Amino acid sequence: MHVVILVKQVPDSSQIRVHPQTGTIMRQGVPAILNPYDLFALEKALELKDVYGSFLTVLSMGPLQAEAALRKALSYGADEAILLSDRAFAGSDTLATSYALAAALRKIDSYRKIDIVFAGKQTIDGDTGQVGPGVARRLGLQLLTYVQEIKHIDYEKKKVLVHRKSEKGIQVVSSQLPCLMTILDGNSSIRYASLPNMIRAAKAPVKIWNRMDAGIEDISKIGLKGSPTVVGKVFAPQNTRGPAEMIEGDEPELLCSILIEKLFEKYPEVEKEVLQQVR
Amino acid sequence: KKVSLDPRLSEYRGIWVFIEQEEAKVHPVSWELLGKACVLAKFLGVDVGAVVFGGNQEVVDTISKDAIAYGADIVYQVVDPSLADYRSDPFTECLVQLVKKYKPEILLLGATSLSRDLASSVATFLETGLTADCTELTINLENRSLEATRPTFGGSLLCTILTLNYRPQMATVRPGVFPIPLPNTDRKGMIIREQLQFNEASFVTKVLGFIPDPYKASERLSQADVVIGGGRGLKQASHFSLLRELAMLLGGEVGGTRPVVQAGWLEAERQIGQTGKTIRPKVYIAVGISGAVQHRVGIEKAGTIVAINNDPNAPIFDYADIGIVGDFLEVIPAMIRVVKNKISL
Ligand SMILES: Cc1cc2nc3c(=O)[nH]c(=O)nc-3n(C[C@H](O)[C@H](O)[C@H](O)COP(=O)(O)OP(=O)(O)OC[C@H]3O[C@@H](n4cnc5c(N)ncnc54)[C@H](O)[C@@H]3O)c2cc1C
Ligand SMILES: Cc1cc2nc3c(=O)[nH]c(=O)nc-3n(C[C@H](O)[C@H](O)[C@H](O)COP(=O)(O)OP(=O)(O)OC[C@H]3O[C@@H](n4cnc5c(N)ncnc54)[C@H](O)[C@@H]3O)c2cc1C
Repeated sequence: MHVVILVKQVPDSSQIRVHPQTGTIMRQGVPAILNPYDLFALEKALELKDVYGSFLTVLSMGPLQAEAALRKALSYGADEAILLSDRAFAGSDTLATSYALAAALRKIDSYRKIDIVFAGKQTIDGDTGQVGPGVARRLGLQLLTYVQEIKHIDYEKKKVLVHRKSEKGIQVVSSQLPCLMTILDGNSSIRYASLPNMIRAAKAPVKIWNRMDAGIEDISKIGLKGSPTVVGKVFAPQNTRGPAEMIEGDEPELLCSILIEKLFEKYPEVEKEVLQQVR
Repeated sequence: KKVSLDPRLSEYRGIWVFIEQEEAKVHPVSWELLGKACVLAKFLGVDVGAVVFGGNQEVVDTISKDAIAYGADIVYQVVDPSLADYRSDPFTECLVQLVKKYKPEILLLGATSLSRDLASSVATFLETGLTADCTELTINLENRSLEATRPTFGGSLLCTILTLNYRPQMATVRPGVFPIPLPNTDRKGMIIREQLQFNEASFVTKVLGFIPDPYKASERLSQADVVIGGGRGLKQASHFSLLRELAMLLGGEVGGTRPVVQAGWLEAERQIGQTGKTIRPKVYIAVGISGAVQHRVGIEKAGTIVAINNDPNAPIFDYADIGIVGDFLEVIPAMIRVVKNKISL
């Protein structure tokens, strides 16, 4: 069984600060990490490897620095890593990204048939959750989004049974390989990297492909040109309330009755509901 | 100066909203979007279309009537057994065909798991732009384009994204961002029953069952007039019972920040913020919450924000309407007594 995991390198957004005066992002010194949601996908793939001895390929599109994210994935136990990197990809939106990734997957499939593609639920920078479905559509793979649990795989019959999250509950869905699943963040966190894998990852070659390696000839489909969305302005959100009007004093009960009076005065319907509910 | 649109693009007219339903119940975000679509349509001088898919004609008819009451001028219905449960393939095929036939210039969907799946699939087939998780939508009348604004970098910045040279312009919008309009059952609208031929055998993926989530905390949180939010300042899980008692007295619900969910003090469904829910209660009371931007983006739409924190310099006070400095272990029990007194008056 051959499983490909799509991973993206992202800035650690918990460490991003916005310049208080200019409202621009201060990226300097912000570490780049493997998208946390992709770790859940990687762990699911490693579980398949445990059971089926699957071959795991990790694929990423990004600048050359993204090699670090792929090496991280190798240290957890992925077998092969490919970085799709080319100036021509710069400025890609999700439509252009899924085009490029789909081309690379086609290439990978030509020498090692792909059974399952895993993607994360979303990234923590672009945060759209659109790339996984886009890739599946371009390749004609069965698309299973927000998969919570893979219940069963019958590799001989190419059948798969999953639980996927919907707004009102869980859908029990049967489908077929090859398919693309986007994996929900769950309770199973990523395993520790084993020492042999860490040593292997440090030395293992990460294949770097440019657009020609991925068989992309038409540059009108990638990068800025291939991106229908255009980023207009970027600005800091306005603070429309605050600073808060402080209710001051030493007697908590007094403070609270002032507060409750204020709230009930502004929202008589809330007061009404409170009084009615109890009667 | 008026920019003239490529004639290929100016064929596209009207604003569509995909009406999301599961088990015959419409997701409130669909009505929120119809309300917003009506405002945008006025600017553009076009009609609002609602798209309703389903497996049962009666259910679809009821939903279509509601859609008209909430602001749709035209409802495009497709009813087929293949559309009984949500599946990406038939729904995508259906929506792509409708868009190709009727050419709306804007297509809006909820940023829910169902509609995100559908929106990304449809945008890929139509090769058009899709802006995710928007919190504001406006029209630039110069070129009739949709300006879709979304938070980036966890909400510390906003960016406006345009889809200039492609149609339709697609966007998903988070639930709770726009208010639900008042339905008007006297409104008139047109219903178009679209006949599409489906070959069920071509759909490989089958829905075998559905396990409903009996626990609808997240729905109650969206609808509550009063929400009490708890943060790391609560120190331990058991202290949430104080918030629960207060919430019960006020007819409200309890929510919280991400750290308290991660610590297991509160169910994940009750997380408020960037990676949780957007809520719009009348009153939000933030208890032991510092006011990180990732939390604030989820409470921006509240009527009044009250902050209770023992640190007078906590950032939350800069973003709240009313503040009380104090230890929650004193303030919340006092508030419970005050409300109880009111009730027994
Ligand atoms: C602030 C900001 C806002 C943006 N808004 C939009 C928007 O509204 N619409 C739009 O079309 N584009 C948008 N973009 C561009 C978009 O982020 C990029 O196209 C990006 O390459 C992929 O999208 P994503 O980060 O949203 O990934 P998601 O779709 O959230 O990623 C889902 C999964 O797809 C896989 N994946 C995603 N990217 C890669 C990759 N480069 N290599 C390998 N696997 C990958 C991973 O498994 C990931 O978990 C935005 C970018 C930024 C920085
Ligand atoms: C990608 C990403 C996504 C995120 N998404 C979310 C999200 O969706 N929602 C979310 O909430 N966060 C989210 N976060 C986390 C966010 O950045 C903050 O870390 C978080 O909101 C802080 O939670 P807190 O206010 O509960 O805790 P803290 O920041 O630790 O604040 C605790 C507060 O309690 C006060 N306090 C302490 N003791 C008392 C007492 N006895 N009485 C009264 N007050 C007291 C303290 O003064 C302090 O202000 C996200 C972060 C990242 C990086």
